[in-house]
Amino acid sequence: MSAAAFNIRKCATGRILELSGDWSSLTLGNEALELERELAGAEGKTELDLSAVGRLDTAGAYLVLKAARRTLSSLPPGEAGKLFALVQAAAEESAAPASPTSLILQFFGNIGRGLARTGEAALNSANFAGRLYVELVRAELSPEKLRKIALVHVMESAGVDALPIIIVMNFFIGAVVALVGTNLLASLGVAVFTVQLVGVAVFREFAVLITGILLAGRSASSFAAQIGSMKMNQEIDAMQVIGVDPYRALVIPRVLALLIMMPILTFAGMAAGIIGGFLVSWAALGIGPLFFFSRLQETVSINHFWVGMSKVPVLAMLIAMAGCQHGLAVEGDVESLGAEVTAAVVQSIFLIIVVDALFAIIYMELNI
Amino acid sequence: MTGADAEPAPIRVAGLRSAFGEHLVHDGLDLEVRKGEILGLVGGSGTGKSVLLNTILGLKRPDGGKVEIFGRDVHDPDASAGIERRAGVMFQGGALFSALTVGQNVEAPIHEHTALPNDVVRELARLKIRLVGLDARVADQMPASLSGGMRKRAGIARAIALDPEVLFLDEPTAGLDPMSAADFDQLIRSLCDSLGLTVLIVTHDLDTLHAITDRIAVLAEKRVIATAPIAELQHSEHAWIKAYFNGPRGRAAEASYSDERRTH
Repeated sequence: MSAAAFNIRKCATGRILELSGDWSSLTLGNEALELERELAGAEGKTELDLSAVGRLDTAGAYLVLKAARRTLSSLPPGEAGKLFALVQAAAEESAAPASPTSLILQFFGNIGRGLARTGEAALNSANFAGRLYVELVRAELSPEKLRKIALVHVMESAGVDALPIIIVMNFFIGAVVALVGTNLLASLGVAVFTVQLVGVAVFREFAVLITGILLAGRSASSFAAQIGSMKMNQEIDAMQVIGVDPYRALVIPRVLALLIMMPILTFAGMAAGIIGGFLVSWAALGIGPLFFFSRLQETVSINHFWVGMSKVPVLAMLIAMAGCQHGLAVEGDVESLGAEVTAAVVQSIFLIIVVDALFAIIYMELNI
Repeated sequence: MTGADAEPAPIRVAGLRSAFGEHLVHDGLDLEVRKGEILGLVGGSGTGKSVLLNTILGLKRPDGGKVEIFGRDVHDPDASAGIERRAGVMFQGGALFSALTVGQNVEAPIHEHTALPNDVVRELARLKIRLVGLDARVADQMPASLSGGMRKRAGIARAIALDPEVLFLDEPTAGLDPMSAADFDQLIRSLCDSLGLTVLIVTHDLDTLHAITDRIAVLAEKRVIATAPIAELQHSEHAWIKAYFNGPRGRAAEASYSDERRTH
């Protein structure tokens, strides 16, 4: 490959433009701009001489035409001429550039669009929840139509398979609570209250929250991705055409599976958290198993356990709904799949924390 | 334009063997695409057309044999450097980058491989979009908002962005209505003539095969069993080739094509 070059020779009618080297997109740099500058104010006719040109492609032809079009007398003959004709036919007279909107306008436009989108998202969620309740009632009225295989499958993949990570996470949280509590309470001389602290914290808050957040990251995302890619693949359309309701086939099994599995997972999480707390107390304070568990039974009322468990079904619904709703909202392209999966996780974690705070306030007012 | 005779065939496949586990897809497959020709590649479902295309493109490693483009081994990283600048590919669905506008899709290879200023790149991309018969306004649209046919055209625009010497087309007319498919055939023929392209088309469209291919390679029995102009293949004695070109659809395509030739 040789670099592109040009030479302009004056003649009677105007000038002859001699091109040499390769005039192709791979070899061209600024030569074309120089040529355009050179010919900017030219009068008279321009003849093209391509005899010394190696490779000429559409990029080269386009740039030569762009520079010399105004004064060009005729297109060159032969192969190259065909190329010039093709490019000339396709080249637009003026590429009307889109007028850029002002930054201030864009700024307020973005805020407005964001607000409108938030409102729309809230409306969609309400819409989805309503539809879901109707379908749930319908599923209850005719349990024989329930997709039992799908249900059991989701129970396994979203429930049983999540058990190890949930146990490990809760174990560590229980251990950390005990460790921090021991240090703090020992300085007050009431280290034995560690047992109570671990019990209340794990039963009431941590086991539920940690399980919920893990399921949001694990299941909300996978529900959204599964349903979303089915949507992209037109599988949802195919279902509807066959007469299978996508809510009944895809959403209900997922919601029910989490409703059934999350309490079990939370219970396992609670047990793991307590064991984590116990092991730390044993190691740091020398509180033996007999003492730890009898003290736990005496000081931590069973109400704390029920308070924790009472939140689980609500969180399970939120997680499953966020996943399924965003999965169904996926449009044809990959971009929206990514955006909806992200939205499913972010929304479900956000809702978990908000709902947990609401529960905390309600139970405090009720003195439970 | 320089010493065409001395150059090796742009695409050469020799003794190719591809296997998936125990299942042998190609065994001793030879194929040669000559400079400046449009070669059609046909074969029944499951005969490994896509595997062959992917192997030629360097996306899949062969289990034996050699693939050369411009005399360079595609699967040798040292030798194959720079081939992507001289070859363009249109995938079946267009395979446009969904995060970019159509214009940016076409600009992508130009930006990657040239030193041209940004506004020139933009203009060139628009030129390519016009060349494939799309409105220049399409350049600002996202691929998701295009119809299947427009997406294929945009895919070609990206494939010819760098004026490649060889062009690979995977089922270019599949899923298009007959008028669009005929337009598409014309488009490929005219691009090929005016840009001096060497084209390898994987297709099942008998009209396309009649209208624009110079030769056709038939893939069967794990190798290329025949490479010849369509007129010759129609008189082949091989059972599969006979069934393919002389079946009801093959005869209809041939009839309509010879009518067309008479009226022009």
